[in-house]
Formats: sequence, C-alpha cells, structure tokens
Amino acid sequence: MTINLHGAGLRHGTVRALEAVSLHIAQGERVAIIGPSGAGKSSLLHLMATALQPSGGRLELFGEQPWALSARARQRLRARIGLVHQTPPLPPRQRVVTAVLAGRLGQWSTLQGLLNLVYPTDVRGAREVLAELGLAEKLFVQCGQLSGGQLQRVGIARVLYQRPEVLLTDEPVSAMDPVLAEHSLALLNRHAQANGVTLVASLHAVELAFAHFPRVIGIREGRVMFDCPAEAVSEQMLDALYANEQLASQPAQAPSLAVQIPRC
Amino acid sequence: MLKAHASDPAALPRLLLTVFALAVLWPGLQLSELNPGVLLHAENRQQIAAFTSAFWPPAHDAEFLKLLYQATLQTLAVATAGMAFALLLAIPASLMASRALSLRAASRGGRGGVMSRLLRMPVRGVLIFLRSVPEIVWALLFVRAVGLGPTAGVLAIAITYSGMLGKVYAEIFESVDQRPAHALLQAGSGRLTAFFYGILPSAMAEVVSYTVYRWECAIRASVVMGFVGAGGLGQQIDLSMRMFAGGEVASILLAFFALVLIADLLSRFLRGRLA
Repeated sequence: MTINLHGAGLRHGTVRALEAVSLHIAQGERVAIIGPSGAGKSSLLHLMATALQPSGGRLELFGEQPWALSARARQRLRARIGLVHQTPPLPPRQRVVTAVLAGRLGQWSTLQGLLNLVYPTDVRGAREVLAELGLAEKLFVQCGQLSGGQLQRVGIARVLYQRPEVLLTDEPVSAMDPVLAEHSLALLNRHAQANGVTLVASLHAVELAFAHFPRVIGIREGRVMFDCPAEAVSEQMLDALYANEQLASQPAQAPSLAVQIPRC
Repeated sequence: MLKAHASDPAALPRLLLTVFALAVLWPGLQLSELNPGVLLHAENRQQIAAFTSAFWPPAHDAEFLKLLYQATLQTLAVATAGMAFALLLAIPASLMASRALSLRAASRGGRGGVMSRLLRMPVRGVLIFLRSVPEIVWALLFVRAVGLGPTAGVLAIAITYSGMLGKVYAEIFESVDQRPAHALLQAGSGRLTAFFYGILPSAMAEVVSYTVYRWECAIRASVVMGFVGAGGLGQQIDLSMRMFAGGEVASILLAFFALVLIADLLSRFLRGRLA
C-alpha cells in the first residue's frame, strides 16, 4: 500500500476539517476525490502530501509514518511525493523555467539547486514537460504575466518534472477551459499509467472524474461517503453527496413567465 | 434614522486619534525647549548671516578641489566597505532570525515550534545590541583602539549597520508571500534552496531598495564620524568650519548633495529593474 490512512482526523483551530478518515490506496492506482465545496477534499490531499500533520489517527506513506521520522528523513520522503496546488504558489517575478526546475529541488543537492537558479542547466527537460502542456513558448516568461489556467499548467509541469512516485493534484484544472482541462487530465493519467505512479486528484467537475479515473471517493463534511469503482457510483449516491440543505430550505422560485411586451 | 446611516462610523475614532496625537505632542514641544523665536533675535540673525554669507562663492581652486576629491572618495570608501562588512554579518543573521525558513511553520500554517523560537531569540538579541549603540559611540571607541583614520569609521558602520540590516531583512523575508517557499519545503526541498527559490524573488526589490537607502545613510554617518577623526568629508568639513572658510564648507556640502543624489538615482534605477 502506498497511501494508508487509519482514522486520520484534521482540525483547523476548532473547525473539524476531516473526521477519522480511513483509506488505502495501492501503488499505481488512479483515484478521483469528489464532493461539495468545503467538504475537505483539499485538506485530505494536503494530509496525504504531508503538508499538514493529522491531529488524530495515523498516516502511512510507502510503509513509513512520515510524522514519526526525523525532519531530514521526512524531507527525503517528501521528495517522492508531488502536490499540484489549485493556485500554484509561484513568485510573480520568477521565470517559468526556474519554477519548473524547482520541482527537483528535493532530489538535488543545495549547491546544484543554487547553481540552477543562476544558470538553468536543464532547459531541455523543462521545455519538454512544458511542450506537453502547450506552454513551451512561455519558458522564459515571468510567472506574474501568466493567466490562472497557464499558471495551473506550470504547476503541473513542475510536478511532472519532479517525477514523484505519488502524484496528488488539488483541483488541477479548475481554471482551464474544457478542452485544456480534458487534455491536462488525460496527460496526468497517461503519465501515471506509463510510470506506475499513484495519482490522486480532487475534482469539481464530476464528469471528468468518471471519464478519467477508475476509482472515485466521495467526501462530505470531512467524512468518506462512498469509495468504489467509477461504474458503481449511482445517481442517488451523487444526489446524497451534493445535497444542500441550506439552499434547499429556500425553495427556488420558478422564473415568472409574465413577458413584458414593449408598447410602441 | 437617515442621519445615522449617513455618518461615517470611522469618524469618531479618527477625531479621537487626532486629539490624542496633539495631546502627546504638546508636552514634547515643552520638553525639547523648542522656541523658534530665538532665530529672529537681531544678534542671532547677524551670526547666521555672517556664517552663510561666506558660503558664496564655493571654494574651487585646484588644490582644494583635489583635497575635496580625495575626501569624497574616502567617504565613499568608508561607507561602502562598512556596508560590505555589515552584509557579511547581516545576511546569515537575518536568515537565522527570520521565521520564514522554519520547516515546522511550513506544515502548521505559519506557526513555528517552541524550540526554534527560543533559538531565534539570542540572534535577535545580538542584532538589537549591535544597533542599539549609535555608530558615533563605536567610532569614538575605535578611534581610541585603532587610532585616527578611516578604519575606525569602517568598523563602526559595519557593527551598527549589521544590526539594522539583519533586523529589517528578517522582517522583509517574513512579510512576503510564504506559500511558494512552503510548497517547496513540502516537496522535499532544503531550507536554503526554498529560501532562494520561494522567498528571495518576491523580497528582492525591497531588499535592494533598503540596502541602497542604508548605503546612503552610511555615507551620511561616515561624514558625521569624520568629526571625531575618522577621516573623509567629515574631517574636512570640521577643519574648514574651524578656519571659518565658508566657501570650503559650501563646496563640501555640494559634494555631499551630489553623493546623496547619486544614491537616490541608483536606488531608483535598481528598483525599476527589479520591480
């Protein structure tokens, strides 16, 4: 098992983001996480990426407990995990080539990292991953000049360049148009399949989750509602997942049919 | 009812703040014995007029200009060398004192651990000590230790300015967006590389502008320290004032104006390139 969660909970102050989540994801599996806004999809991914420490329960990655390791060993473990953020945190003045090369900082020595900042040594590698996402011509542009969708693609390019064993993506295509979103998700899945990488993606668009991922996990209010093959998810399960009491309590008014005819 | 909606809820606090500021300022004026009327007394006016009338024309004979040129170079050299030594100490100290590089903070939404806070405290303490003693006091001390001359000025600037630069750098690093560096730390990067890839790009313009401004301050400080025997334009201005050579003082002040102007232009140029 690559990712193992045993009753892992997460608390932000007094707010409970995740309640005793237990999950097992094997190596090479491709899993989509769906659920309404604020359900804890991001929290779950950050937990799996060791970006946040669980406030209860246990997390195991590659058979090790990252939060029981020394800081140094944990950093080595983290280099094997890649997380794509919904809005990739990139300094606006950084060039795209540097932002992509930064993906391998965990594998490089400090000296090699600093050298690449002064003179990018692997421009070809960065260009290759960017070309797959249709961004090769933006190689030497500053990140601040890119649109939201382009930034998301730079974030994906960075993680592809990192070549992690576990690839976690948090709403990776939310700012892209449907065609690009389709292409980028397909690329991530092809990459995962070709290299035996474990891929976990949280997605807003349910149809994308079913089109690309064999296994779907539904999350609501910090709990796992269902966890099954994509074919087994029924309409009722989705309705229950996205049911919204707050909006439902105010019955939607039927649009008035009275048409105003302009008098002339 | 309408009136209550129209009034700005921030108006009362603003009024109170203004009253409070005035109430604090008034005793300050009393304590500092400020009395602008003194300037208008006939005797004092005459003194000022006699001193400033000698300013025109500024001294410009070849011999003095050569002296001025050398003194200006010396002042520049003292300020620059002092800044260079200060940076040697300030950069590592700011990295140690800043919370921006905390591994633990990266996975706890910005809060560091107790141990790292305890370790940062002595570094902050050293920085406070370095800048709490004014450079003129260090200069007096070093003039006694290493003798008259620019060395005392360089050492005094290096010590005081390392304290100021270290503190402000650490705060600049903490004030920029921390998420890029945290994301890198969460992907296994080392702390130093996370700093250079995640923090420095956003902090660079601010750091450069503050450094150039401090360099300008160092030029001024080195002039003041010249009065206590640390060489440069300060020593020259002291000598000229003692000899009541108003023209020479005017020339030195002009050179001084040019130096600050150059520092200002340089700062503006660098900011323009980095922004």
